[in-house]
Amino acid sequence: MNVTQRDFHDAVLDPKSDRPNGLSDGTGQPAGRRFDVYRNNVAVSLTEALETAFPVITKLVGESNFKLLAGVFLRQHPPASPVLMLYGAEMPSFLVGFAPTQSIGYLPDVARLEQAMRESYHAADATPIGPALLQNTPPEALLASHVTLAPSVRLVRSSWPIYSVWAYNMIEGAPKPAMAAEDVIVLRADMDPEPTPLPPGGGAFVETILNGATFREAVDAGAAQAPDFDLTKVLSLLIGAGALTKLETSK
Amino acid sequence: MSTTTKTLAVAGAVAAALSASLSAPANAQAKEKCYGVSLAGENDCAAGPGTTCQGTSTVDYQGNAWTLVDAGTCAEIELPAMADGEGRMGSLEALDRDLPA
Repeated sequence: MNVTQRDFHDAVLDPKSDRPNGLSDGTGQPAGRRFDVYRNNVAVSLTEALETAFPVITKLVGESNFKLLAGVFLRQHPPASPVLMLYGAEMPSFLVGFAPTQSIGYLPDVARLEQAMRESYHAADATPIGPALLQNTPPEALLASHVTLAPSVRLVRSSWPIYSVWAYNMIEGAPKPAMAAEDVIVLRADMDPEPTPLPPGGGAFVETILNGATFREAVDAGAAQAPDFDLTKVLSLLIGAGALTKLETSK
Repeated sequence: MSTTTKTLAVAGAVAAALSASLSAPANAQAKEKCYGVSLAGENDCAAGPGTTCQGTSTVDYQGNAWTLVDAGTCAEIELPAMADGEGRMGSLEALDRDLPA
């Protein structure tokens, strides 16, 4: 009985390794087959958790391919926490270096979007600011102010049509994606997060807000990214989803 | 854009956005969270997927045989090459190329 935690851990993640030395059951018999069942369950349950977490990636590469991909992933990135609700955070960076899917250039960014959806789902609630506050803040003060977005807001900027790819796989009848760079905002108006593609300039605007800059700097960044930046559209999205939670006017 | 013009534009955008969101149908009809239903497998505290008898009969794919039993939807998505001249995206061809030896 000299199995260390490390031996056990390594053996669980290596399907080809022998059972850890000296592992025995309650009656002192070698516990080889029990260990095999356990080892299989660890990999299968993590694979299933990843399938649930990344439904679009699963569809894109196909279910059986995803199982293979997940098998490689879970051994490189075993969970760091017993809570699996956000397990798979390393999936986007893993996909960047995963040789068999290199031809699918948009895969890592689509995984970022799926992970952003999960983070949004599990983020804290926040009370949006009332319309009166926005209405009553003079434009000059608003431009100088700092706006805080809800904890559930996520921004994923990509040079690929990641929203269109997501929608094609998740929404029935959605059109085939055409090549375009898409910045996507994930908003949680009610209970469930929803991805929305931002109009031109929207990505730079939201990113600047998220970085803690002033409203004026964000408007400038939006206009710099796209001359036809439509502030009304972006603000409607944010207000409609209750995503503005704080307005700090600096004196 | 001069400062005044920008201030006016922003004021207009805020007003328009507010009226748009106020006139939108109220969809905040208190939806209740269905505990234990949504996003299964994301919170495996107790007996999660794979810990049942069913799980034990599922064989773990060991990642040493990359086969193309079913190609996913990426095969249907045709996106043009990126500016760097890399080949067409959305094809599964490279999966063949990169089969482990």
